[in-house]
Amino acid sequence: MSKMVEMPSRSIVPERDVDKTPILEAHHLGIDFGGLTAVDDLTLAVGRTEIGGLIGPNGAGKTTVFNLLTNVYAPTRGTILLDGKTTAGKTTAQVNRMGIARTFQNIRLFSDMSVIDNVKVGLHNQIKESLVSNFTHSFGFKKAEKKFTERALELLDFFKMADMANEEAGSLPYGAQRRLEIVRALATNPGIILLDEPAAGMNPSETAELMNNIRRIRDTFNIAILLIEHDMNLVMNICEGICVLDHGKVIAKGTPDEIKSNPKVIEAYLGKKREGDNNA
Amino acid sequence: MLKKFKNLSDYARTSVSTYGIVLLAFAVIFPLQQAGMLSYSLSGMLVPICAYIVMAISLNLTVGVLGELSLGHAGFMSVGAFSGAVAAVSLGNGVPDVVRLIIGIVIGGILAGIAGLLIGIPVLRLKGDYLAIVTLAFGEIIKNIVNCLYIGVDKKGLHFSMTDVASLNMTDGTVILKGPQGAVGIPKIASFVAGIVLILVTLFIVINLVHSRTGRAIKAIRNNQIAAESVGIGVTKYKLTAFITSAALAGMAGAMYAMNYSSIVAKKFDFNTSILILVFVVLGGMGKFFGTIIATTVLYMLPEIFREFGEYRMLIYAVVLVIVMLAKNSSGAKVLKDKIADFVKNIFAKRKKEKAGGAGNE
Repeated sequence: MSKMVEMPSRSIVPERDVDKTPILEAHHLGIDFGGLTAVDDLTLAVGRTEIGGLIGPNGAGKTTVFNLLTNVYAPTRGTILLDGKTTAGKTTAQVNRMGIARTFQNIRLFSDMSVIDNVKVGLHNQIKESLVSNFTHSFGFKKAEKKFTERALELLDFFKMADMANEEAGSLPYGAQRRLEIVRALATNPGIILLDEPAAGMNPSETAELMNNIRRIRDTFNIAILLIEHDMNLVMNICEGICVLDHGKVIAKGTPDEIKSNPKVIEAYLGKKREGDNNA
Repeated sequence: MLKKFKNLSDYARTSVSTYGIVLLAFAVIFPLQQAGMLSYSLSGMLVPICAYIVMAISLNLTVGVLGELSLGHAGFMSVGAFSGAVAAVSLGNGVPDVVRLIIGIVIGGILAGIAGLLIGIPVLRLKGDYLAIVTLAFGEIIKNIVNCLYIGVDKKGLHFSMTDVASLNMTDGTVILKGPQGAVGIPKIASFVAGIVLILVTLFIVINLVHSRTGRAIKAIRNNQIAAESVGIGVTKYKLTAFITSAALAGMAGAMYAMNYSSIVAKKFDFNTSILILVFVVLGGMGKFFGTIIATTVLYMLPEIFREFGEYRMLIYAVVLVIVMLAKNSSGAKVLKDKIADFVKNIFAKRKKEKAGGAGNE
């Protein structure tokens, strides 16, 4: 597509997605909170089966970008295209139905509901039940509920969580809660899934498992993933394209190798070299 | 048996316990009532208790399941009570009582549901304290509207006025609603059986709703609204569904309540009534329907039981409320509860052992 070539983010779209429209595009996105510009002129595209990374120092505006992409905040400037369609004026719920699912930095599960019910809430728009059937538990209710249960267990099984199905979500260990949030997001049948610090608080073996899972999600469901993460090992290992934010602005875009050697990125993370440092 | 009960799904457990306790109460009280063995005051309380149980269960849907504090639930009861009364009177004596009762209750439910929709659309955009304040105001508005509303019926149909009886422009016909004097000449057609049936219908609707796709969405919204939105749940739609269902059930309870008396005034459904129902819900347990039924029954009867304390009875009622609230949330009470549960379990276990042992010896 000609549009793709013009995109500044062209370089982070993987080879296999080049001749398709990106699943998610942001054009010159910006938001002001009062006088403060939190995100400015963010242009980004994520390919249909790309694993993308959004990194940057603390307070760079990464989570704000996620909130913009899911219409939690309405952007002050710019447009977002999901599968080529604009998401302007849509609610967060409508944007999810269009194909973006997300997880949260501070886990937001339905903690007093069971694990399987959490996934069933995720499946809400995938399987329909009429209101009458909900009040009476007949008129096709059992059939639909069976579908709900089967699909939910299938998804849980994908993350080896099926044996926890009836436990209360809030009582799960931390790692399992993070996984459950991903399962719930996947249940909404998205085209792209946004993961906000999926490896936060995980030990190295859990992180390795997570990396494996993220690749598995992409390969099994054929969807795109965009993740915010501070664990550089994870980002450099699994992301095909990386976008670096600093003070709400994109300072670099490219493959992991390009990002690693980019002086602007090093400066943002480690600070500028002082004159005297060279002599020391 | 206890273990079997524990292994049931939440849906089955709630259904069995709530339907069970209602049917059990019916099985015990109905024969006594028929035999005339109930005291006058107690038999007079049967229908109101049923109505208040329905009120408390429906409020629990808003407060316990949806997680929104509503302080105007008596307002919906009021709408149902007066519309139900008007419907029952205007149907006339020619119609069989049962049909009148059912039509009255259904109309009360529908109109209260419409009121729920009208109030719900603006109100459910608010959160927390604001929602509580607006629902409180709604209850007061309804009370004041009914207080100056005149309704009469003649051959031409219903007549409405906001000023006085004369402006209804009726020559012959009956005045049903006389402003501050309230509704008069209501047929006393509500019965204990009808009350039990209405409770069962309410439980059926509410328990089914809670354990369904819609119910999951409602619970998800209470748990975490942001997360619910992020998985594509239209928050307003499901809040409204819960709120309207709750309002309609309250309207049905109100209609039945009204038809237990020959006249009824708007003052009956004031802020105090809303709070009273909220107390039943809080004490019964958020989202717990079995507890709600028990709490409503006990708390409704307490003032009657305390009658011998004379003018101190409301004071004692208040003290009991405080004690129960404290006890319900204290760690000591939990320990005691566990001890009792263990004790009961041990009895069952022993019996089983004895049975097994006895079988072995033979």
